[in-house]
Amino acid sequence: MVKVTINGVAIQVQEGSTIMEAAKLAGSPVPSLCFWKGLNEIGACRVCVVEVEGVDRLVTACDEPVHDGMVVYTNSPRVRAARRTNLRLILSQHDCQCAFCTRSGNCSLQKLAMDANLLYIPYPINIRKEIWDRSTPLIRQESKCIKCMRCIQVCDKIQGLNIWDLAGTGSRVTVNVSHNRKILDADCAFCGQCITHCPTAALRERDDTEPVLDILADPSLTTVVQVAPAVRVAWAEAVGLEPGPAATRKMVAALKRLGFRYVFDTNFTADLTIMEEGSEFVERFTHREEYPWPMFTSCCPGWVRFVKSNYPEFTANLSTAKSPQQMFGAVAKSCFAGKMGLDPHKVRVVSIMPCVAKKAEAALEPMRDACGDPDVDVVLTTRELLRMVRADKILIENLPEEEFDSPLGTGTGAAVVFGATGGVMDAALRSAYYLITGRNPNADTFRAVRGMDRDGWKEASFNIPGAGVVRVAVVSSLGRTRKLLEAIRQGEVSYDFVEVMACPGGCAGGGGQPIVDGEELAEYRGDALWDMDAHEKVRFSHENEDVRALYREFLEKPCGERSHHLLHTDHGAWRMPPAPDRKK
Amino acid sequence: MSRLDIKTPDRAQMTVDQLYHDMERRIAASPPGLCPVDMAMNFLNLCHAQTCGKCVPCRVGLGQLSTLLGDVLDGRAKPRHMKIIEETAQSIASTAACAIGRHAAQLVLDGIHGFADDYWEHINNHRCLGNLENPVPCVALCPAGIDIPGYIALIGAGRCEDAIRLIRKDNPFPVACAYICEHPCEARCRRNMIDDAMNIRALKRYAVDTAGDVAQPLCAAPTGKRVAVVGGGPGGLSAAYYLALMGHEVDVYEKRRQLGGMLRYGIPSYRFPRELLDREIGSILSLGITVHTEVDIGTDIWFEDLRRQYDSVYISIGAHTDKKTGIPGEESAGVVSAVEMLRAIGDNEMPDFTGKRVVVIGGNVAMDVTRSAVRLGAEKVSCVYRRRQVDMTALPDEVEGAVAEGVELLTLMAPVRIEADGDGRAAALWVQPQIPGNIRSGRPVPQNAEQEELRIPADIIVVAIGQGIETMAFEHAGIPIHRGTIEALSDAQLANTEMDGVFAGGDCVTGPASAIRAIAAGKVAAANIDEYLGFHHEISVDVEIPAPALQNKAPHGRVNTTEREAGERKNDFQCIECGLTAQGAMEESSRCLRCDCFGYGNFKGGRKQAW
Repeated sequence: MVKVTINGVAIQVQEGSTIMEAAKLAGSPVPSLCFWKGLNEIGACRVCVVEVEGVDRLVTACDEPVHDGMVVYTNSPRVRAARRTNLRLILSQHDCQCAFCTRSGNCSLQKLAMDANLLYIPYPINIRKEIWDRSTPLIRQESKCIKCMRCIQVCDKIQGLNIWDLAGTGSRVTVNVSHNRKILDADCAFCGQCITHCPTAALRERDDTEPVLDILADPSLTTVVQVAPAVRVAWAEAVGLEPGPAATRKMVAALKRLGFRYVFDTNFTADLTIMEEGSEFVERFTHREEYPWPMFTSCCPGWVRFVKSNYPEFTANLSTAKSPQQMFGAVAKSCFAGKMGLDPHKVRVVSIMPCVAKKAEAALEPMRDACGDPDVDVVLTTRELLRMVRADKILIENLPEEEFDSPLGTGTGAAVVFGATGGVMDAALRSAYYLITGRNPNADTFRAVRGMDRDGWKEASFNIPGAGVVRVAVVSSLGRTRKLLEAIRQGEVSYDFVEVMACPGGCAGGGGQPIVDGEELAEYRGDALWDMDAHEKVRFSHENEDVRALYREFLEKPCGERSHHLLHTDHGAWRMPPAPDRKK
Repeated sequence: MSRLDIKTPDRAQMTVDQLYHDMERRIAASPPGLCPVDMAMNFLNLCHAQTCGKCVPCRVGLGQLSTLLGDVLDGRAKPRHMKIIEETAQSIASTAACAIGRHAAQLVLDGIHGFADDYWEHINNHRCLGNLENPVPCVALCPAGIDIPGYIALIGAGRCEDAIRLIRKDNPFPVACAYICEHPCEARCRRNMIDDAMNIRALKRYAVDTAGDVAQPLCAAPTGKRVAVVGGGPGGLSAAYYLALMGHEVDVYEKRRQLGGMLRYGIPSYRFPRELLDREIGSILSLGITVHTEVDIGTDIWFEDLRRQYDSVYISIGAHTDKKTGIPGEESAGVVSAVEMLRAIGDNEMPDFTGKRVVVIGGNVAMDVTRSAVRLGAEKVSCVYRRRQVDMTALPDEVEGAVAEGVELLTLMAPVRIEADGDGRAAALWVQPQIPGNIRSGRPVPQNAEQEELRIPADIIVVAIGQGIETMAFEHAGIPIHRGTIEALSDAQLANTEMDGVFAGGDCVTGPASAIRAIAAGKVAAANIDEYLGFHHEISVDVEIPAPALQNKAPHGRVNTTEREAGERKNDFQCIECGLTAQGAMEESSRCLRCDCFGYGNFKGGRKQAW
């Protein structure tokens, strides 16, 4: 412990603490902008400068450790003046038209500027613009970028993809796609982690709310919306409800208020995915020599983009099963439309996803299996859904609780955990066990695959009577995924089944989720999903009655001919730009 | 009103003069990777500020050029801008009345031709090719990429042994480099912006002198692979060192009696004491490297045999043949080459120059030869050089040191012929006085002055005009040779791909260069040979670098090493340089700005932990 005095308050703090941490403990928090604990501790914005007795220049509180006897002033006249100057300098190059900015109200720069009571900027305003392809799911607005470097850091350190880099030198330094590439020529996974780590709206998802409003306005169309598992917990958090069935039912009601005819649950096709992917795994596992190993899950489009661009040799290891989003679209525009007597060309499927890459996945050329139109028409992120709800002034407290529509609205506990790292694996193992042995395991048998994987990846082995030992691994974040793939490639580890989710913690921490600056909420949201599973009556995908009925009435059997056509895909049928070191 | 005044600069002028000095140093400290177009525009603005304003091309033209360059940089330029810029600059260069305008426009023209790609990237893609890949200037400019801020911090913390271990991660010759490195690392030191570059080499010398023998790390598990290294100089031994650390079995083949290459046979011991060289080589060999001395490839063993016996071969034979002047009389007795002379000294066979008049025909290694001749007892040593003293490639300190020891510099003298006596012994060197001509490649080309030839009486004439490479045996074996050097790529692989598994680097590839460049080449070769052999061993060291202090970096004089008195040192081959004292080393290490931790360093990572 070391003694420090902050604004006259003497406290003891852990050795190695930063001035910022100590100041917070002393009750004098220091404002900061570029800082993100553990990720971006580079003192770039110089907003957190403080005065340290005996040191001439001002010191950044975010990256400077305290030492014994340090005397710090966080609001001295010099500090005030410097902080205001630096904020004004940043604002002089920032597009301050907050009124029509997606981050207005949730912008760290806006908040700092308001708190600092800056009433004018004495500098000429110099806002740079840059051409960006607005058709990409990931939009960068140079005019809003404050060069905090968080996007570079999260892509380098967490995702290991190095999509972003500094561009230009001197006064023109900015952030852009690395190696002078354009975003569509880069191996970007569209995970969206750069968006959720951006303090302003310099990075955002492509806003697709207008096409959705157009669809809702067209009386000739039947609208179908599906909601991914991880959306419901983030929704609850964002509207101030306790995550759980009640909050989910309010979400359903909100979607109805927005005007969707059918509100369905992606959990339904998560269960369907387990039937297909689990059966595929059982087939591969019982015919080992015919397949490359391990088998990889394929529900995360960010991961699929990553493997195709960075490790194309593993593409054949991906399960051919489509993601739940795409299975839903294919079922909605085939079986469901038929059953309801609807012209599939007049059905529009909208997805609410915690994800940015899902926008790219829905747009893939091969994903038109049901009727020739895109199986999924528009993908909205959780953030866009919340914006639509806000725009319509839908008051949460006035919403009733409503159930998902039938028949594509039921999901089991095994489906809801698709939104958390380990969830797909857990769900698949529960059903694979059943498919092989003919009886259910305890639903918590595979708990070793649950939870966060901060330092590496999770691995476990399970003995399935009659089939033998299944070795599985679960990893989230593309940086750790790269490590795992390298270990597999070097022969250091070997598994039968591997679940990969591109975002740290899985979809709960997805790039389309609500942004809370400085906080990683994947674990909290993931825990809520596991809690929902624990309280579900049905916790096995193969026990989803509506899924069983779908097989009975339409698909016949998992991995059968209809499934093959609608629910599986050829991952080689579309092109990903190769990673820079894969170009040769 | 007085008829005349004595001019005294006013305060503003004195301040501006100081700013000029500050800008000079600042430009010297420019980090690598800046956008050349941006720099060109800013230089142009500076030039424009210097205009007197009388003439149109300079007063208006330079400003318009700057605007055009600004358009390029800000993505407003169209392809036709290039032509407008070039024509405008051309016109200013040919019509401006004085150098202020003419030369400024010439800078722009040079840029348009020198970095056209950068212009086009800005115009076509609104992007910049410039990038700041390595933020720490000293590390970026050290060919071996040594963690310089790291070891300076360790020295400041009194941890000299750790400093040596840290240096060895990238360079197995900390002692040699502490004494004789040309320290390219100091050139762009950011400390230049405040006062003067860090004295990096002197600090390293303090570390090696203080630390003494430092144990070597353990080698990785044996791989069963065998590598032959041809040439036991700094480059070959560096490759051998890292390959041995990676667990490969390494045999070094050396043509001479002893290892060390130019560290022994080129650099006299008054610059780098032999016992230190021997001890450093001994430490490297302690990793279990086998040495075969006095083995000449092509005579004692065929290169093809080496290829058969080993999984990979590294050629690092250096540049050890002498070059001839080609002037009449060069075959006379008493005419020796610098290479021969220094080689004999390297093997401790000291020629006796007592009472002799020695004339050295100058070039790169002339200072080592002249100063050795002084120590060998010569009555008078003269160094004949075609150009001016400022054009000499030797470090200025070395030239000054030689002069202090009594060496006569005869600059602007071109050797014409050697006069021999009746016995065929050299008696004098005839030289033709020169005057500097036009500048080409940064130096004026000397041309004959309208003056008579001069006769310089001499008993010994040493030709020190450069070295070549003994390529014959290798050329026969099919190694690609281009203009007298072995052709290898930047990854040390040979340019011709049939020679799978054969690598080459150092002086034999680049032509005569420096020890640190040979060491860097050896390091590169070791990494790529390891990959070639199917491994990926990482070289790292577990030394924790002290955190930077928060103290302010007020301007502070650079602490330099001193030399022994000239009158005393010229009589022996003992080391002439006196290293820093502990006090000096502490002062000097505290000057380091720790670019590894501040600025860009804490963003993109100020250090490479492993390679």
